[in-house]
Amino acid sequence: MKQRGLAPYVFIAPYLVVMLLFTLYPLLNAGVLAFQQTNGPASRAFVGFDNFRFLLSDPTFYQALWNTTIFAACSVLIQLPLSMGLALLLNSGKGWARGLLRLVLFSPNLVGQIFVGVLFSVLFTARYGLVNRFLQALFGWGLEKQWLQDPSLVMPAIVITALWLYVGFNMIYFLAALQGVDKTLEEAARVDGASRFQVFWHVTLPSMRHVVVFVVVTSLIGSYQLFELPLALLSASNGRGPDNAGLTVITYLYDVGFVTGDLGLGSAVGWVLALIIFTLSMLQIRVSGVAEE
Amino acid sequence: MNPLRAFALVLVAGFFVLWLRSPKNPKAALAYFRWVALACAASLILAPFLWLVAAAFKDREVLNEYIFFPPLPWSDRTMNLENFRRLFAGDASVQGKVYFWQYVLNSLFVTTTITVLELVFCSAAGFALAKYDFRGKKPLMTFMLGSMMIPSVLLLAPLYEMIVKLGLVDSYSALFLPYLAVPYGIFLFRQAMLGVPNEMLDAGRIDGASELYIYLRLVMPLVRPMSAAFCLITFIGNWNAFFAPSIFLHTQDKLTLPVVLNLYLGLYRADYGIFLAGTLIAILPPAILFFALEKEFIGGLTSGAVKG
Repeated sequence: MKQRGLAPYVFIAPYLVVMLLFTLYPLLNAGVLAFQQTNGPASRAFVGFDNFRFLLSDPTFYQALWNTTIFAACSVLIQLPLSMGLALLLNSGKGWARGLLRLVLFSPNLVGQIFVGVLFSVLFTARYGLVNRFLQALFGWGLEKQWLQDPSLVMPAIVITALWLYVGFNMIYFLAALQGVDKTLEEAARVDGASRFQVFWHVTLPSMRHVVVFVVVTSLIGSYQLFELPLALLSASNGRGPDNAGLTVITYLYDVGFVTGDLGLGSAVGWVLALIIFTLSMLQIRVSGVAEE
Repeated sequence: MNPLRAFALVLVAGFFVLWLRSPKNPKAALAYFRWVALACAASLILAPFLWLVAAAFKDREVLNEYIFFPPLPWSDRTMNLENFRRLFAGDASVQGKVYFWQYVLNSLFVTTTITVLELVFCSAAGFALAKYDFRGKKPLMTFMLGSMMIPSVLLLAPLYEMIVKLGLVDSYSALFLPYLAVPYGIFLFRQAMLGVPNEMLDAGRIDGASELYIYLRLVMPLVRPMSAAFCLITFIGNWNAFFAPSIFLHTQDKLTLPVVLNLYLGLYRADYGIFLAGTLIAILPPAILFFALEKEFIGGLTSGAVKG
């Protein structure tokens, strides 16, 4: 590899221009904005740490953080084990059925969160919704449940919808990782008398830990950016839900920054979110030790 | 007892019968469990799609009477195109009547343009980072990888301000410009192009090929599977994009499908056949593309995670 005159600069120049104008400059600007109060894009006033002080004293913001954290926890504790289970079931299968099932389980990911929200807002209707009817037929429970109007059912409804949407997505990663696991190690453990679960827990899972860490962290990061799904699902209350039960950090940001028009406060929320995501990413790098890449 | 519960009980009973027949070696029971569990999961995933298709064609009067499709033979009273007829009848707006196909065209135009532009910008930058040494390469790589951690909403507030100052509010440029060169795309192209042997590039140079020719005619064809996956992922992602279009676009006849369907939720709350028909149309283009290019898509999705 050698330096070849101007050629590399010509190839990298478009990215550089776009990056300087639309990433670096806005990033610095977001740093300034977080210390200002704005009223739409026109007027700005320096307010020091007031935005952050306001956030830390606003119970609504805490609720948004709490709701989002609950959602993130459900993603990791409910959705990922199910994705892993499906991947394990699918991994030992073969032939056309395997390909078809993989396709079917992945298919919801083609549908954007807004469209999924639109669809499920109807599926969760009391008495007539598909979810309500299904639960009633199978368990004799839930026909009249007001999923999207009852504060205690809003988060479960969001979690169920996200489960439908993403369970196949994470399964694809686990499935790809399972293909890379050394079969002879598993065989050896089984010959030594380990049960199926022991083989999975002590051999299979550790040898795919890089992918597991990757999936856990990207799920957490994605969960903290939840926005469009509850926005469409709970459109009657602009994504907040009854008693703000469906309010997420980004819905809060959208409200204060773009609906109310205080881009300064919106930026402050953005920085809190960035801090959370940065911490999670650092955790991934530490745990998986892939910093050399 | 209703049919669904009876069916579930039969499935569970089947497992126990197989298991009790040979408790020492439950191979048959496990195989049975595997396929039943997978079939149940697949049914749960498919049921909402099936319901959506049925609901879009069902008449308003019988929408809640049948869970999925009404029994055959279908008549005009149970199944018809009324939802689609009303969907395409047009929305009144300040700009006059806006028809639904306008939003479909807007979405197609915006998504295709952004996909082509991203392909050019990301592959060029990825090529420079994979195949050349130049001053400032190291810090640039570090910044690029670091910027993947910036949540996109953090940049939206200052971007919005910038777009307003540049007078680009309500223009599609506002949707293109900030997202021309996504770090993740550059990274994917760099990784794929690292695999192209340098000897091939040098052979081209000896034959007198220009650097542009080498990029366009030698390297790009070799990373075609990567390019297909990248285009597909970019297309689907942008087809479904909501946040940026919802704040940058204002005029009714410029809106894209996700923004419009979110508006319809409020407009037709009591009459949802119409936005279900719209949702059905909105999810078709990504589905068609995906089924045409399924292998590339999943390959591209997992290449970063599994190899890294």
